[in-house]
Amino acid sequence: MLLRLHQIDKFYPTGEGPLHVLNGIDLSLEAGKSLALTGESGSGKSTLLHLVAGLDSPDAGEIHLGGTNIVGLNDTALAALRRATVGLVFQQFNLIPSLDVAANLAFQARLAGRPDPAWLKVLAKRLGLAQVLTRYPEQLSAGQQQRVAIGRTLAARPRLVLADEPTGNLDEATGDAVLDLMLSLVAETGAALLMVTHSNRLANRLNARVHLHAGRLV
Amino acid sequence: MVWTGLTALLSHWRRRPVQLAMLLLGLSLATALWSAVQAINGEARASYDRAAAILGQDRLAQLVREDGARMDQQVFVRLRRAGWLVSPVIEGEMRFGDVRLRVLGIDPLTLPPQAQQVNVAVGDELLPFITAPGVLYAAPETATRLTEQATPPVRVAEGLPPGTVLTDIGQAQVLLGAKDKISRLLLWPDQPIGRAPLKVTAPGLTLRQPSETGDLARLTDSFHLNLTAFGFLAFAVGLFIVHSAIGLAFEQRRQVFRTLRALGLPARVLVLLLIAELLIFALLAGLVGVALGYVVASALLPDVAATLRGLYGADVPGTLSIRPAVWAAGLAIAVIGTLVAAAQSLWRLWHLPLLAAAQPRAWARASERALRAQGVAAMVLLLTAAGIAQFGSGLEAGFALLAALLLGAALALPLVLTGILQLGGRLVRGPLAEWFWADTRQQLPGLSLALMALLLALAANVGVSTMVSSFRLTFTGWLDQRLAAELYVTARTEAEATAIHDWLAQRSDAVLPIWSVEGRVAGQPAAIYGVADHATYRDNWPILSAVPEVWDRIAAGDGALINEQLARRQELGLGDQITLPGGWRASIVGVYSDYGNPIGQVIIGIDTLVQHYPDVSRLRYAIRIAPGKAEALAAGLRAQFGLPAQNVIDQAGIKVFSLKVFERTFRVTAALNVLTLGVAGLAMFASLMTLSGMRLPQLAPVWAMGLTRRHLAWLELSRGLLLAALTMLAAVPVGIALAFVLLAVVNVEAFGWRLPMHLFPGDWARLAALALLAAGLAAAAPAWRLARLSPSDLLKVFAHER
Repeated sequence: MLLRLHQIDKFYPTGEGPLHVLNGIDLSLEAGKSLALTGESGSGKSTLLHLVAGLDSPDAGEIHLGGTNIVGLNDTALAALRRATVGLVFQQFNLIPSLDVAANLAFQARLAGRPDPAWLKVLAKRLGLAQVLTRYPEQLSAGQQQRVAIGRTLAARPRLVLADEPTGNLDEATGDAVLDLMLSLVAETGAALLMVTHSNRLANRLNARVHLHAGRLV
Repeated sequence: MVWTGLTALLSHWRRRPVQLAMLLLGLSLATALWSAVQAINGEARASYDRAAAILGQDRLAQLVREDGARMDQQVFVRLRRAGWLVSPVIEGEMRFGDVRLRVLGIDPLTLPPQAQQVNVAVGDELLPFITAPGVLYAAPETATRLTEQATPPVRVAEGLPPGTVLTDIGQAQVLLGAKDKISRLLLWPDQPIGRAPLKVTAPGLTLRQPSETGDLARLTDSFHLNLTAFGFLAFAVGLFIVHSAIGLAFEQRRQVFRTLRALGLPARVLVLLLIAELLIFALLAGLVGVALGYVVASALLPDVAATLRGLYGADVPGTLSIRPAVWAAGLAIAVIGTLVAAAQSLWRLWHLPLLAAAQPRAWARASERALRAQGVAAMVLLLTAAGIAQFGSGLEAGFALLAALLLGAALALPLVLTGILQLGGRLVRGPLAEWFWADTRQQLPGLSLALMALLLALAANVGVSTMVSSFRLTFTGWLDQRLAAELYVTARTEAEATAIHDWLAQRSDAVLPIWSVEGRVAGQPAAIYGVADHATYRDNWPILSAVPEVWDRIAAGDGALINEQLARRQELGLGDQITLPGGWRASIVGVYSDYGNPIGQVIIGIDTLVQHYPDVSRLRYAIRIAPGKAEALAAGLRAQFGLPAQNVIDQAGIKVFSLKVFERTFRVTAALNVLTLGVAGLAMFASLMTLSGMRLPQLAPVWAMGLTRRHLAWLELSRGLLLAALTMLAAVPVGIALAFVLLAVVNVEAFGWRLPMHLFPGDWARLAALALLAAGLAAAAPAWRLARLSPSDLLKVFAHER
């Protein structure tokens, strides 16, 4: 099992007292499989994704990633984990505006110490970015930006891809095209995919789906 | 509607007190430095006005000798008999103990009413005034300085300029050793018709109109212009902070602006409300700034007064008076500065589409077109500077050159830094290093204002310190040349002087007279010195240019040496003829450097001096003796003749004193320099704080991809240091160019002498360390904040539209 969550609790402090965002979450994901995480706004989907990525820590429970419980790891270890194991795709793309497309694509792989120019070339071609490698993010369309973000994540060949509403900022046609590409490339790399989405239509295209409601899996 | 809108706008500041403090601090500091300079200049100018107004010189015409020398009292008698309504005045400098003062002697019975500074011709005042020992009238400050000295009775008189005493002409003639001599004649405004022509009654006299008498104000104008330029530079640097703080506040309130507009507040009203808000802040900060300015001015004024006394012989009181004009000007400049700093933000708001996205503006994405336009403007300014350097002349041209050079360099800085960062980005290897350089380049537009401020402050520092250090080095060498004699003695009477001379002749290697007269040369006040034919002068005198065998010609009475300031001010050169007091003429055979002397100086042979001025005061001598014996000889002199300590001075004592005066002279510029650098540091801090709030969307993805917050914070700190270091590198050539303009143009126009330029890399290294420290401190707070930032704050970047 690549990913296993056990009894995860997460609270956020609010003016009216602590808000129980995640309540006893148990979840697992095998290598090479994809899982859709659906739920209403504020149900805790993104929070769960951030916990898995080691960007935030739970108040209780265990998160085993590749056999290691990442809860309680220090900042440096978590950063190393993100470099080595995890790839993130965000709704806002979050490209690095000061780097051109080629540098953005290669950035995470180089950061992880796994640069692979040949694989990058393949990715750029498959993602339709070969003609825009010298452009900067601000010069790209939203669809192109999200393809760069996907390419950046997959360039490092992560074992786990975490995607937070990856097509949320795109129109339906573009979103579908981008998702197709992502799913096929993830499958080719053998990575597992955990994707947060609002859309039942998109969720149905993954191997499995779970629904989060008021902090609980239903 | 207006009140509701204003409340909504002001609520922003309640939630961000640090930002408000930064805005008010920047504006207060900018106003403070500007107001300090204005207060100092105002005090000095008021003092010059008092000096110019003394004895009605600003309103009454005068009769003077064409050569500026004193005239016989008989001339006054002849003119009165010929029907001229004139009043005699004698003036001169003299020493009461260790206090040197200007003595003005007047005739209270013939003095025109316009010249009556002190009314001595009434009641019981007159008799003691005109009979021995007489009375000295002086300003309160001067009277205090005289309390310990042996003088005639001193009375306080308001309105007299400091450093001046007023007494009866008969007493003044005795004090100045100028029996039956007068300096000038004051003309009553209404003269009787049918009086004899001036040329017949008093040939050789010339009429000087009142407007021609404000020498001091004109002479010191350049110094005050210097101070004003510094004040303005500091103000401009301070405005960068204000611009930064206002820009941030506008950016953060875009959402509020949009909502207010959507709810029905017209754009015009919104802009007016923001202007009103800014005016409130400007007036508040202006009040604090002017008050702070007075504190700074009070601290600096004693040094400024010493400088003016040392460089121009101008007496300015060491205390400040509160002037409404300074308050009004300070508030006005604060308001104008605020509006200038806010103009860009207000303009943007005015043109903001109602439905514009509430994303932060693309500060970090300045278009290449804007950068190119800035480059063109920089090039035009730098070419203008080069043009002025080639073809311009005069002090105004000098300052125009400085302004064009500094502004051009500041505008060129972002381009230069972009180039360096691009090059750096190509040279480094590794994703993090590449990102660091590329990201630093992208931060440039947001930081460029602060970096430009830093460049201005650093360049001013390099330039002024190069000038001062060059000056110090030259001045020290010059002192060694000029003060070649081991001892200097001043006798109290001529008889004592003769006795001292005879006594010394047996005990020293040489006794060299230092005798001089004062008068006007080429229309300028000047001192004429006679020198003996001795190796002391031949071997040491700091000659800048001379004809061959110059000292032989001086000894033979064939020619005169003049100091550099006289040569430059009057455009005199070798071979030119000058008319000396008494009407005789001499050919210029050499020019020598004479730093620190406010007036012209002429050197002729001692025999020639005595021949043309037989009444010359013969009280001072320079003594040559083996250095080891000097101290014993000085002690012997004092013991033999009962001379006070200050009448026998050794070379080292004079050098120490001169260097002390020198250091004091430049303490003001050094203080303004440090303050400007401090303000620039604050500007950088304000900009980095501003940017740090907008940086998260760029930093969060890098963090998410596997960098720790601490690592990112170190990189942010390094970024600040790198930019400061590159700015320092750019500031060095600009500072050297600035020093060159100061030395070769401004100083020549302002003081009348030109100095060789020396470079001091050690000083630059110290300044670079200071700049890095300032940048490090400025970058530390945002970096610390980033290192301590909670993950949830970083995660908001991914969760929300920002």
